[in-house]
Amino acid sequence: MSAHLPILQVVIPLLAAPLCVLLHRPLAAWLVYLLASLAALACSLLLLGEVLANGRVDYAIGGWAAPYGIEYVVDAANALVLLLVSLLGVATAVFAPRSVEDEIETPRIYLYYCCLCLYLAGLLGITITGDAFNVFVFLEISSLSAYALIALGRRRQALLAAFRYLVMGTIGGTFLLIGIGLMYALTGTLNMADLAARLPPLYGNRVLTAALGFITVGLAIKAAVFPLHGWQPGAYAESPSAASLLLAGAGAKVAIYAFLRYAFGMFGSGLVAERLPLAEMMLLAGVAAMLVGSAVACFQDDLKRILAWSSIGQIGYIVAAIGLATPQGFNAAFLHVFNHGLIKAGLFAVAGVLCLRLGSTRLDALAGLARRMPGTFAALLLGGLGLIGVPLTAGFVSKWALVLALVEQQQWITVAAVLLSSLLALIYVGRVIETAWFRAPPSEPVGAVPISMGFALWAIVGLTLLIGLSAQPLAAVAAQATAAMLGGLP
Amino acid sequence: MIALPAGWVVADAALALPLAPLIALAAVPLVLALRARPNLREAVTLSAGVLLAALVLGLWPHADAGLRYPLWSWLPGLSLELALEPLGLLFASVAALLWPVTSLYAIGYMRANEEAQQTRFYVCFAIAIASAMLIALAGNGVTLFIGYEALTLSTWPLVTHKGNEDARRGGRTYLVVLLTTSIGLLLPALIWTYALAGTTEFRDGGILAGRASHGVLAVLFALYLFGVGKAALMPFHRWLPSAMVAPTPVSALLHAVAVVKAGVFTVLKVAVYIFGIDTLHYAGATVPMLWVAAFTLLAASLVAMLQDNLKARLAYSTVSQLAYIVLAACMATTAGALGGAAHIATHAVGKITLFFCAGAIYTAAHKTRVSELDGLGRQMPFTFAAFAIGALSVIGLPPLAGLWSKWWLMQGAVDAGWPWLMAVLMLSSLLNIAYLLPIPVRAFFRPAVATHAEPGVREAPLACVLPLCLTAAACLLLFFGIDTVVAPLTRLFGLP
Repeated sequence: MSAHLPILQVVIPLLAAPLCVLLHRPLAAWLVYLLASLAALACSLLLLGEVLANGRVDYAIGGWAAPYGIEYVVDAANALVLLLVSLLGVATAVFAPRSVEDEIETPRIYLYYCCLCLYLAGLLGITITGDAFNVFVFLEISSLSAYALIALGRRRQALLAAFRYLVMGTIGGTFLLIGIGLMYALTGTLNMADLAARLPPLYGNRVLTAALGFITVGLAIKAAVFPLHGWQPGAYAESPSAASLLLAGAGAKVAIYAFLRYAFGMFGSGLVAERLPLAEMMLLAGVAAMLVGSAVACFQDDLKRILAWSSIGQIGYIVAAIGLATPQGFNAAFLHVFNHGLIKAGLFAVAGVLCLRLGSTRLDALAGLARRMPGTFAALLLGGLGLIGVPLTAGFVSKWALVLALVEQQQWITVAAVLLSSLLALIYVGRVIETAWFRAPPSEPVGAVPISMGFALWAIVGLTLLIGLSAQPLAAVAAQATAAMLGGLP
Repeated sequence: MIALPAGWVVADAALALPLAPLIALAAVPLVLALRARPNLREAVTLSAGVLLAALVLGLWPHADAGLRYPLWSWLPGLSLELALEPLGLLFASVAALLWPVTSLYAIGYMRANEEAQQTRFYVCFAIAIASAMLIALAGNGVTLFIGYEALTLSTWPLVTHKGNEDARRGGRTYLVVLLTTSIGLLLPALIWTYALAGTTEFRDGGILAGRASHGVLAVLFALYLFGVGKAALMPFHRWLPSAMVAPTPVSALLHAVAVVKAGVFTVLKVAVYIFGIDTLHYAGATVPMLWVAAFTLLAASLVAMLQDNLKARLAYSTVSQLAYIVLAACMATTAGALGGAAHIATHAVGKITLFFCAGAIYTAAHKTRVSELDGLGRQMPFTFAAFAIGALSVIGLPPLAGLWSKWWLMQGAVDAGWPWLMAVLMLSSLLNIAYLLPIPVRAFFRPAVATHAEPGVREAPLACVLPLCLTAAACLLLFFGIDTVVAPLTRLFGLP
């Protein structure tokens, strides 16, 4: 059984999707998704344990040995991402039933859970696979299900947001496919480990450079890296509350992980950082993303849009960290992928609760509510402090690692941008806090937070607090992830 | 105690370090639980204050013992650690001793003025004191930074206490200036220090000696000094006058003692234990900041003269007095550092007296402007007598505490080879006289203006008047007892 963990990790949620459709009943569909996500969490925890103990796990699908068959490879780098995705998958499952009841028409609920299963399977598949083409397959699975999930949002604008995402996402997917095709044409293989060995002798080949360019742009669209972020605010803000946990928390992070795998695992830093100025461009894009994302967030009037733009800024930190192309930079990137994933999911959970109880997440609707819903807003405050990077929050841990990595490489401009972006975060978080705490509360009472939603919310927030207080275990895993990523691909 | 093995005693005393912030924090749930019973609630605050003061005073015999108490570390290099050294002990003692006194005063003030949200007030107050303890007893830069940020955040609700537009605007300025400087300048300075030295631990003689060029040291020193926004160095001083919208007990303890002194304490601590006085002196890293501090010192005094609002005048006076301590750090001499440290204590008792008086005047007569105080001295003799004592102490006249710190500062200026600084200090003392002394003089010697006169004005409630008499007496006592207070510091600096 445990030898088959890598395939179970993906297959269980994948098979759960048709099961949702067959069962058709809302409650049954929810149960299927819950069990599938719990199984995925169990798999990822077991895999992480095994990876930390033995280094890495290879799995040849159908017994066809690599490089001919498709191979799944788990090392510390993707085990960490798998854990993040499946954690948020479970949180979404616990959070979902009450908010789905409120937001989705009953006859469509089973479709919603079906899409969630597919989305989860897609994200896990991108992360776990050791085959370059397989990434594209799972990317399409996750994208198509994401379009459907967003289109199920409660407002009509959701359709437009889903359509924009569909157009951009399809371009991104196609670019990735072109890049993979070029790599295949050059080397005749699709296995990542094989590619890692065959690509370095081809440095200087223009086709190879073009392949890297296509893959970088394709994945940058998926990760909403500035300036390819156009689809993201609408998609995050209009998606149904429960889905936004997974979309905003894990979606972009998986694309970033995939980029790391392609760029540093296969093409190698010799090409990315030394022969081509890609690393410098990433630093530049990261700086621009932090400043633009955080600045625009200050001018939004809707909590979900504030959070969405804040994500663009926070992705900028990760991109800049990767752009350093140093072990410390990767370490910071892995830490922030995990920490920001959790923090942002927690904040979208808060937005989901507010959506349920107020019917809106507009700032005006939040005036004075902190006195009516102290628990929910305490979670918002804690998450917001994490976005700013106040000490003792998870956000501080990754920001400390990032700034330290930047200082070591003497990237003073980037350091200044990180700090400026933190101050902008202070403004957009401060606006929400001030509205909620220091304005007159509404006269009519607000309903209590459903237990399931409160539980999911505080489980995520509690986890970020735990990381903020004691980041040693996470830092150890991140260090191993960096080592695995830089040690070249298996 | 004598019969016990020596190691046990030390371990016992080290345990007191985490206990200090914990005592203040322990008051929080109790105050919350007793929110329906104000008398018991205030009793909790007072007893926590007395307990904390006793605990911190009990640490004095161990001032030089180098006690350390590591709490935990959550990343390599990021660890929470408490440590005791003479400078921190002095700051902790000032904050801990004045907390119960202020609490007593706050009870009188808050009740007499029927302020709302009193439970929130006492809760935030206790958290602020806990943060101040964390700053005072911090064993490394990261711990200090955490306490520093916690102090900012916990005092924000105190500044915006009134909840009206004015208070919210003041609170916004307060928060933005303090967090901008700390995240934008202090945090990078800390991370840079860590990158250079591999640690942020506070050690005797500093951790940066020989690890950076003179230019880098100068830039880093400037980052620290501007980054500690609580030290109110111009141009980052605006938060302090803005914070005066807070109720007067808050202004008194937090903005004459805990918050602002946390700032200058951090400056001194960084100068002594991160850079090291000798390193600073030989690198000449402090010269640019010396000018900034001297400018702040004089400019703030001049602005204070123009203020008619009593609390605003005191606020600018604080800005100026804080610059004395920053100046002391910039002198990079032991006598200067001693003067700066002593000024933390002497200015604290003097300025808190003045704020107490301002609050008592507001409570009894509802007057906030200096020009309205004519003739009030005959109706409120104790308050204005205490004001006069506090003012004379801040000016630095014998037999009051303020004399000593200015004395050492002058000595430090000479040692540093900048005798012109003496002129700056003298000039500032004259300005102090010009903006502080007229207040009691008007109150005692000018006839009451008919339009302002209210017949029934008497002294504020006893709970207000008693604390201000106590702190005024402390100004006098500290003049005679200064030797004891600075003894650990003189040993630290190797002064006679």
